[in-house]
Amino acid sequence: MSEVVGYRRRRGVEAFMLIFAIALGLGGYVLIHLNRDAELPAQWPWAVAALAGIGLVLHLVIRWRLPYADPLILPLVMLLNGLGLAMIHRLDLGTDPVMHSAELQLMWLVIAAGICCLLIIFLRDYRVLHRYTYTMFLAGLVLLMLPLLPGLGLEKNGARIWIHLGTYSFQPAELAKLVLSIAFASYLVDKREVLAMAGGRVLGIDLPRPRDLGPILVMWMVSLAVLIFQKDLGTSLLFFGLFVMMLYVATEKPSWPILGTFLFALGAYLGYLFFGHVQVRVSSWLDPFSNYDQNYQVINAQFGIAFGGAFGTGWGLGRPNLTPLAKTDFIAAAIGEELGVAGLLAVMLLYGLIVARGLRASLVARDPFGKLLAAGLAFVFAIQVFAILGGVTRLLPLTGLTTPFMSQGGSSLIANWVTVGLLLIVTHQVRRPAAEQAVEPQQWLEAETTQMIPVGVAGRQSAAPSFPPAADASLVKTPSSPDEGGDEPTEVVQLPGGRP
Amino acid sequence: MNRPIRGVAVTAMAIFAALMINLSYLYVGQQNYLNDRPENRRVADARFAQDRGPIMVGNTPIAKSEPVKDRYKFQRSYTSGELYAQVTGFYSYLYRTSGLEASYSSQLSGVDDSQFLSRLLDSAAGSTKRGATLETTLDAKAQKAAWNGLNGRKGAVVAIDYSTGAIKALVSFPSYDPNDLATHDLTASTKAWTRLNADADKPLANRATREIYPPGSTFKLVTTAAALDAGMSPDTLIDASAYKLPGSTRVISENCGGTKITLTHALEVSCNPAFARLGVKLGEEALRTQAQKFGFGTKFLDEIGSAASRFPEEIDQAQTAMSAIGEFDVAASPLQMALVAASIANDGVVMDPYVVDRVLDSDLRVTSQSRPQQQSVAMSPENAAALRQMMISVVQHGTGFRAQIPGVTVGGKTGTAHSDNVRRPYAWFTAWAGNPKVAVCVFIQDAEIPTTDIAGGRLAAPIAKSVIEALQ
Repeated sequence: MSEVVGYRRRRGVEAFMLIFAIALGLGGYVLIHLNRDAELPAQWPWAVAALAGIGLVLHLVIRWRLPYADPLILPLVMLLNGLGLAMIHRLDLGTDPVMHSAELQLMWLVIAAGICCLLIIFLRDYRVLHRYTYTMFLAGLVLLMLPLLPGLGLEKNGARIWIHLGTYSFQPAELAKLVLSIAFASYLVDKREVLAMAGGRVLGIDLPRPRDLGPILVMWMVSLAVLIFQKDLGTSLLFFGLFVMMLYVATEKPSWPILGTFLFALGAYLGYLFFGHVQVRVSSWLDPFSNYDQNYQVINAQFGIAFGGAFGTGWGLGRPNLTPLAKTDFIAAAIGEELGVAGLLAVMLLYGLIVARGLRASLVARDPFGKLLAAGLAFVFAIQVFAILGGVTRLLPLTGLTTPFMSQGGSSLIANWVTVGLLLIVTHQVRRPAAEQAVEPQQWLEAETTQMIPVGVAGRQSAAPSFPPAADASLVKTPSSPDEGGDEPTEVVQLPGGRP
Repeated sequence: MNRPIRGVAVTAMAIFAALMINLSYLYVGQQNYLNDRPENRRVADARFAQDRGPIMVGNTPIAKSEPVKDRYKFQRSYTSGELYAQVTGFYSYLYRTSGLEASYSSQLSGVDDSQFLSRLLDSAAGSTKRGATLETTLDAKAQKAAWNGLNGRKGAVVAIDYSTGAIKALVSFPSYDPNDLATHDLTASTKAWTRLNADADKPLANRATREIYPPGSTFKLVTTAAALDAGMSPDTLIDASAYKLPGSTRVISENCGGTKITLTHALEVSCNPAFARLGVKLGEEALRTQAQKFGFGTKFLDEIGSAASRFPEEIDQAQTAMSAIGEFDVAASPLQMALVAASIANDGVVMDPYVVDRVLDSDLRVTSQSRPQQQSVAMSPENAAALRQMMISVVQHGTGFRAQIPGVTVGGKTGTAHSDNVRRPYAWFTAWAGNPKVAVCVFIQDAEIPTTDIAGGRLAAPIAKSVIEALQ
């Protein structure tokens, strides 16, 4: 990794894979109609035009503003969106009268992709976000707690993680996970040295100092509140897991995740002991057939996946409409039914690849904020996929989280596309050759992080070849060398304690 | 920071590995369990939506599947539904199946239930195979003769080819229309089911094979067979005087045309005191053994199900006397009483009854053919011949005269059972004919007549006659 100091842009590869991804989604759409009515859908030219148009615009915007962005992320996301749209359309056809939620979802996709484009055009450098630590923190917590407000919160399927505004309802957690990822990243960049100080040692593990336990305890209580009052293990796991993981990455102290895991297990156990609805969730997870009517949904999802078998019934040939909420919470079960276990495994793999690309960006990022942000966004995405897909396949108790990019719903789509936008921006900054980075130094950066100044110097030194020679021993030794991006730069970068 | 990030990456990898392993386990370890759950509508619907083969009587389908434009793709329909309901059974979504639809379900749908899902996937690939055709042994004319003979009276008729055991007619009245239950209009199906179950006349009951009733005087055939087996002959004189039941004050008395009459004459006039006394003399054990040889205690016709007929256990002498004339706790299905006549006509050999003759696959190749099977030997050929003569006398000179058919040898025995005073007596007639080789039992549950022994002869014998004539 440390040998690769420059990346090729790979925009052609991205375009090629994008065409493939869009074709797969459209293929599903066409197959549904061929399987059900033995004829092409009447609107197929419009569908092709819409998806191809979205892909083209995104590709061009990225080519223009983020030429070094990771080429895999956009095709993966478009593929998931295409499959999700096709499945929502298929579920529309399964009801009588036929519904039109896929068209609505396509509209939301246009809006979400548009917001993503605007973000790419106007933000371009994610380090701006470092400025608003506490505002973001507060906003995130408020968003997270919003569903508990009487009159605003909405309970669906036993979980109170929705709010409704007029006829429109959305999950604030979707937005909160984004805002809190940013907030945690900036907070931990500032405080990581303090938090890394060792307290006592128990069983060979360095414990943090008691006075530093404040933030983790706050987050613990927040996630417990989510578990108990919003009745959703997935959301609770999402935020606590995100915080603990970022704490660990920032401080490099394994004691944090150990302590966090212990605290979460304790909280979940206490919740199980004292709250009936948690017990109901656990029993419907471990033994759904003990109460068929109550667990109708999760049992039917299992039936669907079992009915589909290894390779599925084929697009449009299963009975996914028998599972309630198949378009939102249970779209993975519909995929499992019609595309089979193989198809659902492939979808899991797609999510895994997105997470892998995010973590890779985190590894090679040069600045701590970028590292934390990329790792946070990738990991929170992984937990969300884990919680919802695990719930549908009965690996975990069921949660009300959405399946990113596939579930029907505008707010989830927008939040996830903003995440994608941020990841693209981070990967662009990360993969951009140091020489090019130096060409346009930004004024505010000098005030933000000191390590960026030597980056420019080092870049200029080796500006003649666009990729600085990695074998240059003197450069590797330089504490602030940008070449070190992929290889433990945090050990050599000196931070004067965050912001002035 | 990269060391912890690698740790996070490993964690993320573990998360996705857990998801994928769990999903694979769901498929490998739980698929069959989930598909076999009774609540699973997907499997139930797919099973219901199969193109099943027809059930035939002669060259006419009495049950067939026709393509329709709805979720279940094929509508099962029954021509002359009520007439054949007890044999075909029904094929319904909500109430499963019964009769041949149930017992031959895998053949009719063209696949064993165990292979159902694998075939379902084949059918998605376009290689659907039609189900098999069932050819029954029933005879449409005999069936209609029996139905028309009952003429709206509660009862049952069973006709058997006694040389093979093939069922020629099997009617139970009142009946039901299986189309009402097979309809894809599930609301209508539910209504029909509720109505049929609430009906006091029990139209869903199969009176021909699955219900047992006191057989009355027709049971005297069994008592006579036991007497012949004990060494008596048709001409043996037996005491026909009034008989006081042992250990009881009850006296059975009847004018049987003398106090000493032949066994043949006793059967002709169905003399109760003579047979009651004879039964006690032979003993309960001899009667029970003889009844079991005729098939009492055995369930026949697995295809549509039957109740085992019963001769009571551990009875005293008075109860033995009453049992010998088919009262007390003796109970038989019309099928069983037809088998008694059939085995007498068949030199004492009971043939195992069956209703499905052949199963043809979708290419009309025979996949299974029923072969006549001997169930048991009830009597020696000599005794059977003697008893045949006595039964002929019953029709020639006795209570069964209404079954006489010119040019056809017919033997029979009437019966009227009135074990309690509340319900009306049951009228029975069981008979056989020399040509066609058929044994017929007619049972009328609701004989609207006074409790005389003539009832079986007056009401039931003409029906047996018309069924035999239909088979000529």
